[in-house]
Amino acid sequence: MSTLEMSGMAVRRPLDVQAPQIDVFKRQDRLFHRLTLLFAVLVLAALAGILISLTIEALPTFRAFGAAFLWSDVWSVPDDRFGALISIYGTISTSLIALLIGVPVSFGIALFLTESCPVWLRRPLGTAIELLAGIPSIIYGIWGLFIFAPLFASHVQPWLQSLFGDLPLIGGLVAGPPIGVSILAAGIVLALMVIPFIASVMRDVFETVPPVLKESAYGVGCTTWEVVWNIVLPYTRVGVIGGIMLGLGRALGETMAVTFVIGNANRIATSLFSPGNSIASVLANEFGEADPGLHTSSLFALGLVLFVITFLVLGLSRWLVQRANARQGN
Amino acid sequence: MNVYGRRLLINRLGIGVSMIAMAFGLAALMWILWTLFSRGFAALSWDFFTHDTPAPGSAAGGLRNAIVGSLLIVGLTTGVSTPIGILAGIYLAEFGDTSKFAASTRFVTDIMLSAPSIVIGLFVYALMVVTLGGFSGWAGSVALSLIAIPVVVRTTENMLRLVPASLREAAFAVGAPRWQVSLKVSLRSVRAGVVTGILLAIARVTGETAPLLFTALNNQFFSTDMSQPMGNLPVVIFQFAMSPYDNWVHLAWGGALLIALLVLAINVGARLLFRQTNTP
Amino acid sequence: MPATSRSAAQIGEHAALQVRNLDFYYGHFKGLNAVNLDIARHRVTAFIGPSGCGKSTLLRTFNRMYDLYPGQRAEGEILFRGMNLLDKKQDVNLVRAKIGMVFQKPTPFPMTIYDNIAFGVRLYERFSKSEMDDRVEWALRKAALWEEVKDKLSQSGLSLSGGQQQRLCIARAVAVKPEIVLLDEPTSALDPISTAKVEELINELKSEYSIAIVTHNMQQAGRISDYTAFMYLGELIEFGPTSQLFVKPTVKHTEDYITGRFG
Repeated sequence: MSTLEMSGMAVRRPLDVQAPQIDVFKRQDRLFHRLTLLFAVLVLAALAGILISLTIEALPTFRAFGAAFLWSDVWSVPDDRFGALISIYGTISTSLIALLIGVPVSFGIALFLTESCPVWLRRPLGTAIELLAGIPSIIYGIWGLFIFAPLFASHVQPWLQSLFGDLPLIGGLVAGPPIGVSILAAGIVLALMVIPFIASVMRDVFETVPPVLKESAYGVGCTTWEVVWNIVLPYTRVGVIGGIMLGLGRALGETMAVTFVIGNANRIATSLFSPGNSIASVLANEFGEADPGLHTSSLFALGLVLFVITFLVLGLSRWLVQRANARQGN
Repeated sequence: MNVYGRRLLINRLGIGVSMIAMAFGLAALMWILWTLFSRGFAALSWDFFTHDTPAPGSAAGGLRNAIVGSLLIVGLTTGVSTPIGILAGIYLAEFGDTSKFAASTRFVTDIMLSAPSIVIGLFVYALMVVTLGGFSGWAGSVALSLIAIPVVVRTTENMLRLVPASLREAAFAVGAPRWQVSLKVSLRSVRAGVVTGILLAIARVTGETAPLLFTALNNQFFSTDMSQPMGNLPVVIFQFAMSPYDNWVHLAWGGALLIALLVLAINVGARLLFRQTNTP
Repeated sequence: MPATSRSAAQIGEHAALQVRNLDFYYGHFKGLNAVNLDIARHRVTAFIGPSGCGKSTLLRTFNRMYDLYPGQRAEGEILFRGMNLLDKKQDVNLVRAKIGMVFQKPTPFPMTIYDNIAFGVRLYERFSKSEMDDRVEWALRKAALWEEVKDKLSQSGLSLSGGQQQRLCIARAVAVKPEIVLLDEPTSALDPISTAKVEELINELKSEYSIAIVTHNMQQAGRISDYTAFMYLGELIEFGPTSQLFVKPTVKHTEDYITGRFG
């Protein structure tokens, strides 16, 4: 080794010998910066592209019907007259039903997983829920069509009708022939689809509560329920709302879980048992066979409406979360 | 004591309801999986993998063309979205600390993460199918890439932000240029996390149906030509399940099981990989 | 501060690095105030002082590590071979290749032990395989790590123990043949035996390198350094030969800190 030591390796080079290499590095770094920037721009451009292309394609529709397209309930291919109200109504009502059912159940699951579940079961159950969140929505759709809807028609609907059918107001909600496929069925299948998603977000959020906080509440004699209601929920409020909004975003834009079971009828459903349609289901069913012209353009307009709705919901949830974070930061 | 008794009652009620919710949720989901497995397995056979989709009303047949089509489309999607997503993620983590541009890119990525996938199908239809004169496997891959890229961008950025400042500084301290610090040190130290993100993105797009409806469309014949309409599992499942033919419905269940198993396997693989490399 | 400027002048002719009127800002907060001192060639200079006194900040100006963070800036002069390192036109990569750094926590790169050493060398040298092998062995021997790792060069650097990782980082810094090695609390995450090894190593390295070390451990400063700088609240309070500073500090503040009356 001493020969190595002596071999002159310790001779220092003057700085400028390495200068050419430095120039190479500078060029490479500039290139690297531009390359990564290019792809970041690409992502931004994709969104702009979506908005612009949908708007361009939807333009003939808005020229023909004006803003009235949004609240017209006519959707007639033979007459070449189109309005978005029916499918907007279907989209929003199925999503709301999904949240109405999905949020309490998800909350229960998250509560169970973080507070009252035996420790050895926590990980397997939590993983199971997360894995279920990854199941493609088309699976929920065909299950809804072949298993759930028939069962719903033969057992659940008659029962609900006998229970509520004679009551004023509520009776109207369950009126109509029990054929299974309906707004309500679509809402329930959507709920099943978003439950694993919302539940795993909620669980993650609940787990961010510092143990010290919960322990001090238990320390003054709180019950589990009181700890959850008075400590965990207020502490995680923003995250929980964010998770629900994300779930809503998914439900609004979901195509497959809805298209199979909503019944694809072109009318405003006053009863939860009537078939209807949603923006996504109309697109899935009609776009492939639509003639170029006003029909295709109106379908693009529907897509634009759907995109704007989800954009608003997601933007709102982000804004809520950011505002809360900023407040916490102060 | 009375107050205490009421509090205990409320507690039991609350916990009880949460357990019912858990039981209800799990039961429903297990029901779905059980149906899928029992009906799906009945459809799986040798022919299922070696024959192409049958004509309407005819017996037998399989999903070979759809399986191969899906593999091609998803494979190309992975190849396209991985480099784009990683480089964009690097930009956000490395150069995007304060700029307005980075903030809006981050916002857009979040929106795109949950954007309705059918709208992305519409966009690619207008962008590629109309201009290039027809449905194609290429268009299908572009649509799926638009869904996968945001997932990769976000995980890459989040993972890179976990790299300790001292490790980056150590790499700069030997005189390394920025690109080498980023790629050879930072990215490498979190490669398990980034690969997990890519796997999750693949799992996500494997089951996506809506964006393929107006892009790749379908093809009842075997084809590996990406410039032509291409058969793929999700669209075949959708069309077959909606059809009045028993044989087609049968095949749809088999296809659904195949997709679910694939997605589950990728998800489990991603989890194992991440866990393994993150436990010391 | 007469004590400071006199000491700086004394070693001026053998200085590897000369710091002149250095101010440092974190945004609007002034982290260093008018620091003047010399880092002596082939000697060990230790920086001591309570947490937040600016000793790490000062060290990180020597290789312009602060450049990575927007909002941080330095004013004044740091002279290295007659050039001002703080000059905007000065290339930072080049500076860092000549002024190596070892950090508080071991920071092995996520690659093999061999590549950990070769990474920095490859940046500026075109070596054949055998030349590189020689350089890696040379650096690992310098860091007294060769005997322990020579049979597992292709294993990940992360597989080593904490003490070994830190010596690997020292080998990595030495491998690119810098002139100055900066050590930022290099033993604070190590056990006593590993600490002793690293200290021994520093003692051997100073025959070829100029060394600046930040330490929160005064005994360590006393054991290994030739010069010591005592810093407090962003100012250099006293600077001089270690023997003198520890035995007969000229400033009351230094004496209080050294004898443990505060800090």
